Order: sequence, then structure tokens, then C-alpha cells
Amino acid sequence: MPNTGKSTLFNRLTGSSARVANWAGVTVDLASARILLGGHMAEMVDLPGIYDLHGFSDDEKVVRHFLEAHAIDLLAIVVNATQIERQLPLVLQARSLGLPLVLLLNMADEAKRHGMRVDTARLAARLGMPVVMISAKYGTGQPEALRVLAQALDAALEIGPARHAALKSVLSDDGRIERETAEMMAEAVTQPVLLPEQVSDRIDRLALHPWLGLPLFFVAMLAMFQAVFWLGGPLQQGLTALFDQLRQAALEPLAAVLPDFVRGLLLDGVYAGFVTVAAFVPLIVVFFLCMALVEDSGYLARAAFLTDALMARLGLDGRSFVMVLMGFGCNVPAVMGTRMMRERPLRLLSMLVIPLSLCSARLQVFLFIVSAIFRPAAAPWVIFGFYVASFATMILTALVFRRYFRNTEPFVVELPPWRVPTLGQVWMRGWLEVRHFLVRATRFIVLGVISIWLLTNLPLGAAPGSAATLAGQLGTLFVPILAPIGIDEKLTVALLFGFVAKEVMIGAFAVIYGLSGDALTHEFARNMNWLQAVSFMLFTLIYTPCMSTIATIKIESRSVAFATLSVLWPLVLAWCASFVFYQGMRVLIGS
Amino acid sequence: MSPDTRLLSDLAPGQQAVISAVHADEALHHRLAALGFRIGRSVMLMRRGRWAGPLQVRLGATDVMLRQAEAGLITVQAL
Repeated sequence: MPNTGKSTLFNRLTGSSARVANWAGVTVDLASARILLGGHMAEMVDLPGIYDLHGFSDDEKVVRHFLEAHAIDLLAIVVNATQIERQLPLVLQARSLGLPLVLLLNMADEAKRHGMRVDTARLAARLGMPVVMISAKYGTGQPEALRVLAQALDAALEIGPARHAALKSVLSDDGRIERETAEMMAEAVTQPVLLPEQVSDRIDRLALHPWLGLPLFFVAMLAMFQAVFWLGGPLQQGLTALFDQLRQAALEPLAAVLPDFVRGLLLDGVYAGFVTVAAFVPLIVVFFLCMALVEDSGYLARAAFLTDALMARLGLDGRSFVMVLMGFGCNVPAVMGTRMMRERPLRLLSMLVIPLSLCSARLQVFLFIVSAIFRPAAAPWVIFGFYVASFATMILTALVFRRYFRNTEPFVVELPPWRVPTLGQVWMRGWLEVRHFLVRATRFIVLGVISIWLLTNLPLGAAPGSAATLAGQLGTLFVPILAPIGIDEKLTVALLFGFVAKEVMIGAFAVIYGLSGDALTHEFARNMNWLQAVSFMLFTLIYTPCMSTIATIKIESRSVAFATLSVLWPLVLAWCASFVFYQGMRVLIGS
Repeated sequence: MSPDTRLLSDLAPGQQAVISAVHADEALHHRLAALGFRIGRSVMLMRRGRWAGPLQVRLGATDVMLRQAEAGLITVQAL
């Protein structure tokens, strides 16, 4: 089979001793190597990967001719364990050749992650050949594979060179092979719980309904985000309180001996940075658990089906839409998720669009500002408006840039059957993502918080966050640019904080105004009118991805130029959007 | 050409057919083959997405969604 890691395994087993040579009967060069298997020097040949023994592709012809022209002692078949159902038919075809066979189920690690288990003993009994689970990538199962290969080779040599059936007679009927495959799957392979086909089809009739499909999906997503906040919110608050207590009870007394400046840097810089990341973890955990649930159930693939027609007109595809949705939780994993796309232009365009989705960190900032400025009755509509604005900026961005990121990526994606994900499986997937996020985010957020602390505290002697500090001077510097969109120098400093991570902005307001709680809310409302507030939020929504997202974009695109574009374009767009809104409304209202 | 020969993209929902040719480039050919689009296999068109959206196709136990453009590369014999 192609793409099953066959060559990886071949290289692992043979070391660097492989050579490429011409073989009688075939037109292409094949790699081969001599290795010691059991008591014999065996010549091992890496045949091309094929799907079908009686197929018509060049590779299939090569394999067929090779098998006919050479006396083969042992044939080892490498199969992707996660796709065993589609690949078993080839094994069954090969079995009817009458050659001694060994089946190597590769990608054991991935199969395990997908919640699949293969009973190799039972499968071996059914197939009448040894079966070994291996991971060519990580090298697991390799000693056993070698042992089994050696044994099989010994046994085969005892019988003498195999006289296999002529290949033409092998064209056995597909129906029998399909039946046998189904039986073996049922007997020896444990898959994540699949819903019966009729049930799966019935759910699809509703989930993929021409009219109801999309609205239903949005309701489901809304419910998921609610769940994230219901479950994650209290956990986040609890953790924040815990960190505050730790600071007051232990860290502050301990740090009392240090000079002011060092103490401030350690507590308000390093510790505050660490706490920002740590407090964010519960939300991330719950979000990823929910996402794993939606993804493993098979619903996300349906979302791609429902939206592909619309996304195609934007130069994107159904999978980009799924990633944008993930971006509403957190942009970082969404950007990482574009890995499943093969064509670079499509990936890049998706990565340009995803950071514009209103992530949960931005939502926290908006909730704070909206509740300070707007009447409770109006607040939900303002928030809803920002979600609409978020989609609008994504559509605009795609329309502007699609001509530069033209792609012809085919959209051919498996639509998995509906599944009931197990708790353990969801947990494991969620945990892997969370660990990834932590490793990636920690460095950047801590570094960023330290540098912003320095900006708001240097030069020595200036009141923290005041106009005399470096940050204050920077704020004054930006006045000519930001005044036309209604943002004053204090809010400019908050925007600097937001560059690190949007959720830091609320803390930044507190530092800048020197107030907290209700006093901060009142001061906030006194300082700006609703036009300025909306303009500021619009700018915050668009202006740049947070540092973690930028870092992820840089790593994923492997291009500094593209990462720069992903910062500059939103900056320009944000300023234009805020300018049009702020000045336009001022003209309209006449103030 | 037999009157039942048509493109996979022209099938009606619920209609079954047997694949007779795949005209994709090498990379796509491999991907289609891996998903089960091989000559002689029977396929059924399950449904079409709205606004000329993708098609859902069933091959044996595997469901695949693909755009009309890709489905137009596959010739089938309708049953």
C-alpha cells in the first residue's frame, strides 16, 4: 500500500546498506539490501506501494511482473493499521497467490490514538499468516517484526521455493473478499463505537439537510461555546484566586528582601506572565475536550460538507471553515489545524483568515467594555454585532487575497461514519493539544509580559503606567495615528498589552487607570463615549493576532515574510474599519 | 460509448453505478484510489450539497465527499 511507511520501515530494517538496482521483468529501479534474517542472508526488495494486485497503474504492473519473474521466499505486506478496513482486501488478494506471507500493521501509534485495537493473534489465525503491529516512525515492534520475519523465512525455506498460482487465476471475485474483510474486521479489530449504518444515515438526513443543516450546526456550536464558559469560567476564576493567594501568602513575603525593581520584575513580570498562561489553561482544556468530542463524533466533517460551496467562492474550502470555527475558541490550534491541507496557497490563505475570528480572549475584553458602556438590554446585541464583524473581516480578507493565493487543491475528504467517542480517547486527544499549547505559549506570554512590565516601569522613578514611562511616551507617539479613530494614549498602552495576549488587556486597564472593580468600570465609562468604545473594540478585534498566534503562524508557514503580512494586513484593516466607523458615525450623528 | 456511461457528477441522489475510468493527475489519482475510487468498484451518490456544493458518495463501507470538479473526472456506468 502507498503511504503506509513502507520505505521508512525498509530503511529502518536495512540500515544504510540499501542499493538501487534493475530487476528483470520490471522497468523501474527498486531498492534492495542484504540483511541477516535468522540464520540466512536474505535479499530484501522494496516494492512499490499498491492498492490492488490486479489494478492497471504502473506500480501495480511492476509488482505483478516482479512477483511473476522472481522466486520469492517470503512476501511481507505493510498496511496502515488505521485504514485496515480498506487495506485488508489487498492482503486477501495476496494470500491467494500461495506465497508465504507476513502482515505488518504499521502506524500502531496512530491507531491507538484513534481508539482502535487490533487482536493480532485472532487476525493471524483468520488470515493464516503472522501479524505484527509496528510503528516504523518510532521503531516500536521492530524486534518482534524481525523475529517473525526470520521464523517465517525459516519455515518457507524448509518447504522449498514457493510455486505460486498464476496471477491470472487470482482475479477472485471482489464480493467474497469484501465479505471476508467485513468478517475479519468484526472479529479481530475493535474500532471506536460506530453507530449502525441506518442510524448514521438517519442522523445525516438531518445534519446534512439542505435547509436545516447549517442552522442546526450553528446552534450546536453555540451550545459548545456556552459549555466552554460554563465549565471553564468558574475553574479559571478559582485558579486565578488560588494564584493570588499564593502570591500574597508566600511570594510577597519571600520577595520582600529584594530591591523594589527586581521584586516588581519577578512578581509583576514573570509571575504575572506565568499566571496569565496558567489561568487560561482551564478554558483551553474544556475547549479542546469539547472540540475533540465534536471532531471524533464526525460532526466537523459534516460542517465542511455544509459550507464548502460558500467557502469555494472565497478561494477556501470546507476545511478552512472548520478551522475558523475552532479559531473562535483559540486561534493557535486553528492555525495548527491547517496542516491537513496539502497545497501551500490554500494553507496560507486560511492562516491569514483564521486570526480574524473572535477568540475567547477577545470575548473577555469585549464583555468587560460592553458591560461598562452599554445598557444591559443592548449588550448582547453589541457582542453579537462583533461576531458579525468578525465574519465580515474574514470574508473581505479572503476576497482581497484569494487572487494571490490561488489554489487548485482538490476537495476529496472522507466523511467518517458517526461515532460515539470514548471518554479516554477524548481525554487523550484533549491532553495532547493542551500540552502543545502550554509549551508553545508559555515562552512567549512570559517574555511579552516582562517586556511590557519594563515598558510601563522604566525609566526608574516614573509612576507605573504614567505618561512619563516608556509605554506612556510610546502612547503619546501614536496619538496622531490613533486619535482619528477615537483612541487616547491610555488605551494605546492597553493595545500594547493586547499585542502579547488579548486577555491581558483587562489587567492592563487596571494598571493604567490605577483602579479596579467598580471604580475602574465607572472611570472607564466616564473616559469614553460609546462611539469611542465601539471603535476601540473594533480595533481590538482586528488589529493583530496575539503573540502566540503570530509565533504559530511563523512556525507553520516557515516564512517570516508571511508572518509579517499576517501582522501588517490586520493592522491596516483595523485602522480603516475603525476610521470609517468612528468618523462616519460622527458625521451621521453630527457631534 | 454505451448510453449508461456518464460522469459521477451527473448521477442522481440514490443512484448506483460502477466506476469505469478515473482521469485525475497522479497525486489525485492516488488519493482517490486510497479512498476506494478504483475501476470496477460500485459507487452510490448519497446526496448533493446546496449551492452546487460537494457530493457525498458511498463506496462499500466508506463515505467520501468531493466537489463536482473532482467527481467530473470519474466516469461511471450507471446501473
